[in-house]
Amino acid sequence: MPDDFIIANKKFKSRLIVGTGKYKDFEETADVIKASAVDIVTVAVRRVNISNKDQPLLMDYIDPKIITYLPNTAGCFTSDEALRTLRLAREIGGWKLVKLEVLGDKKILYPNMIETIKSTEALVKEGFEVMVYCTDDPILSKKLEDAGACAIMPLAAPIGSGIGIQNKTNITLIKEQSSVPVIVDAGVGTASDATIAMELGCDGVLINTAIAEAKNPVLMAGAMKHAVIAGRKAFKAERMKKRKYACASSPQENLI
Amino acid sequence: MNNLNVAQIQLNGMSYEIDNDTNLSELLNRLKIQKNKVAIEVNGEIVEKNKYPNLILRKNDKVEIVHFIGGG
Repeated sequence: MPDDFIIANKKFKSRLIVGTGKYKDFEETADVIKASAVDIVTVAVRRVNISNKDQPLLMDYIDPKIITYLPNTAGCFTSDEALRTLRLAREIGGWKLVKLEVLGDKKILYPNMIETIKSTEALVKEGFEVMVYCTDDPILSKKLEDAGACAIMPLAAPIGSGIGIQNKTNITLIKEQSSVPVIVDAGVGTASDATIAMELGCDGVLINTAIAEAKNPVLMAGAMKHAVIAGRKAFKAERMKKRKYACASSPQENLI
Repeated sequence: MNNLNVAQIQLNGMSYEIDNDTNLSELLNRLKIQKNKVAIEVNGEIVEKNKYPNLILRKNDKVEIVHFIGGG
């Protein structure tokens, strides 16, 4: 039975999305993308380095015709900055599917939800399909959906912290109430964190640092691929009920 | 003495000298940048790719050329 991952009416096979930041070079980035078998990667928009014309370009290593580029607004602290960044991203190659993140604080990189909601409304009006990085607050997540977000992406924990899902209850509540995909974004540290997100019923997981800062990023990319698949299958299989006491697995009759 | 055939623009936050009447397509050629990999803003306004040949840069214009890099 197909279990397609659908975002803004587009079908994807992999429920894992990876970031392309923090790798030692583009070869490693490309190897990670291959090992993780993802369909979507996040990318940042920055100035071209004018003084070094021969610098390699991400697009030379990761073909945007094969892998969907999801431009982000990392580093933006206001709605105006985020809008400017994504309008530029769209102009590069017609990208409408984007990742919005409007940050509120440099130390904890938590989203500024007031600016985030405002930006979502503006971007949707301009025809963007907006996947939104947000706090794990069910009320604000609902506001984002009402504003037209095509995916809700609550943090598991602060960006780059690697400490896993801090509030499973909230993630579950957000998933239950959302009619658009819910993707855990930020804070995943290792494979089990990704599996837990999927077992909670989330539609996908977005990971960057947990892969990039592993001692062997390519191996971890493969681990994350399997972790997401395992968690999704476990969720679909509907796990057993928990019991207080033991329940023997072998028959109790005809014992010798 | 100032050379009257050239003009200074602000390119990605740095001072950059161009020949007078240089258009955006010519600037990209000089920088060896392919237009399908970038977006350009001139004085805060995004310029559509098909308008590059017609946009003549003027003294003190603020030009931003951006592309995609690795990010999370």
